[in-house]
Amino acid sequence: MMIDLRQVALTYQAPDGEVEALKDVTLSVEDGEFVSIIGPSGCGKSTLLALIAGLETPTAGTVMVDGETVTVPSPKIGFMPQRDQLFPWRSIWGNVTLGLELRRQNTPERQAHVRTLLERYGLDGFAHKQPAQLSGGMRQRCALIRTLATEPKILLLDEPFSALDHQTRLSVSADIHRIIRQEGKTSLLVTHDISEAISLSDRIVVLSHRPATVKSIHDLSVLHRYAPMERRAQPEFQTLFHHIWKELDIND
Amino acid sequence: MTELALSPQREAYLRARKRRRNAVRFLQAFLLLAFLLLWELAAWVEWIDPFIFSCPTRVLETLTNLWHSGDLWLHLGTSCLETVVGFLLGTAIGTLAAAVLWWSGFASAVLSPYLVVLNALPKTALGPIFIVWMGAGTASIITMTLAISVITTVLSMHAGFLTVDPQQIRLMRTLGAGKGQIFCYLVFPANLHTLVSTLKVSVGLSWVGVIMGEFLVSRAGLGYLIVYGSQVFNMDLVMSTVLLLAIAAVIMYLTVLWLEKLLEKHLGVIP
Repeated sequence: MMIDLRQVALTYQAPDGEVEALKDVTLSVEDGEFVSIIGPSGCGKSTLLALIAGLETPTAGTVMVDGETVTVPSPKIGFMPQRDQLFPWRSIWGNVTLGLELRRQNTPERQAHVRTLLERYGLDGFAHKQPAQLSGGMRQRCALIRTLATEPKILLLDEPFSALDHQTRLSVSADIHRIIRQEGKTSLLVTHDISEAISLSDRIVVLSHRPATVKSIHDLSVLHRYAPMERRAQPEFQTLFHHIWKELDIND
Repeated sequence: MTELALSPQREAYLRARKRRRNAVRFLQAFLLLAFLLLWELAAWVEWIDPFIFSCPTRVLETLTNLWHSGDLWLHLGTSCLETVVGFLLGTAIGTLAAAVLWWSGFASAVLSPYLVVLNALPKTALGPIFIVWMGAGTASIITMTLAISVITTVLSMHAGFLTVDPQQIRLMRTLGAGKGQIFCYLVFPANLHTLVSTLKVSVGLSWVGVIMGEFLVSRAGLGYLIVYGSQVFNMDLVMSTVLLLAIAAVIMYLTVLWLEKLLEKHLGVIP
């Protein structure tokens, strides 16, 4: 089990009272699996990622990653934030090696690995360019390579495509999905886009309103052999979409 | 598209643009010349008393004399040096203090009322105190300059540090960054544009500090020349010095603008 959450709860203390963000969340992700988390906006999806990333501590329950209890941000985890967040004052090379520099692992071997990744994903000619000179899709690839550079086992994706326009979003999410599969990483994607979740995932976890708890889990093994764009054309896609749409119904 | 293939509409647009730009330049030059001529004329036909109001030819003559006696460079150099030192010290100390406030939210909460008071206080009132403490010399003038520019630098740099995107801080933490690394790799570079806009304000404030300081204590500098000129009723000297001051201040401001361009170019922060 790569990620294992048992009866996790998180309550924030604020001056005007307690905020119960998560309640009794039990969830596990297998090695190499791609799981999406979907839920009503403001339900605590990002909080869940923060817990797994070691940025927050649960008030109850346990969070295990690769067999160890999470206490601080671990190098086993790579995080892809909302928007690409490439730093405009660093070159592409400076951005993708940021994690290595911060962890003082900027060794020739690691650098060679990053260079291989840049070459493999068509960015080898762009290392000395500035982020502003790249297209949205290329920037997103750089953001992924920055995450892969420290060789994490797990990727946490916090609505990374939310700032892209619809057209770009479809191709970029398929592109990032392909790279993640190729690198064989376990992934947990937070999104509010049902179609995106269905087209990319092995399983979809639906969260309830706040305090968030696991409402249902959908197994997408029937769609497993299809690529993200092909999935959208399958009859099962529509069925699943309506099913999840009903579960997210704002009136319940 | 080559220059030969320009459409008539494009040509007309470019012509109109050029005409407008030329008209603006011409009027700018015209206004200055008209002002100088009118001033000169008014003095000649004695609509105004040149002894009190001076006039362009007398200003020019005064400047030439200052140049020949070597006093020009002494006074100009003294004031510029004091401004640059005060300005650089103010920026460095202000940024450092803002970093400390960013680091410790507790310190920031404790110190905030004191910062509000120091910001509201007219710093020129502290001039006599500095003179008593540091003596009647350059140290007092630089302290004055520092006092005027440092608080605004602290406040605006601190405000800038606090506006860094929490998502970026989150990313830094998952990449294993500690607080110091978050500051050096993210918070400070993300606020270089804040630093430049602070520089633009404090370069002007530093001149205020230097001139104020020189009014109170000095044996050299543009502020000294202005006070000395007014005391001996040499208005030609006062007017000439004000002109010099305007030129020096503009050159310093343009240097900051140039620095901004340089930063934008080298850090890829092209808006």
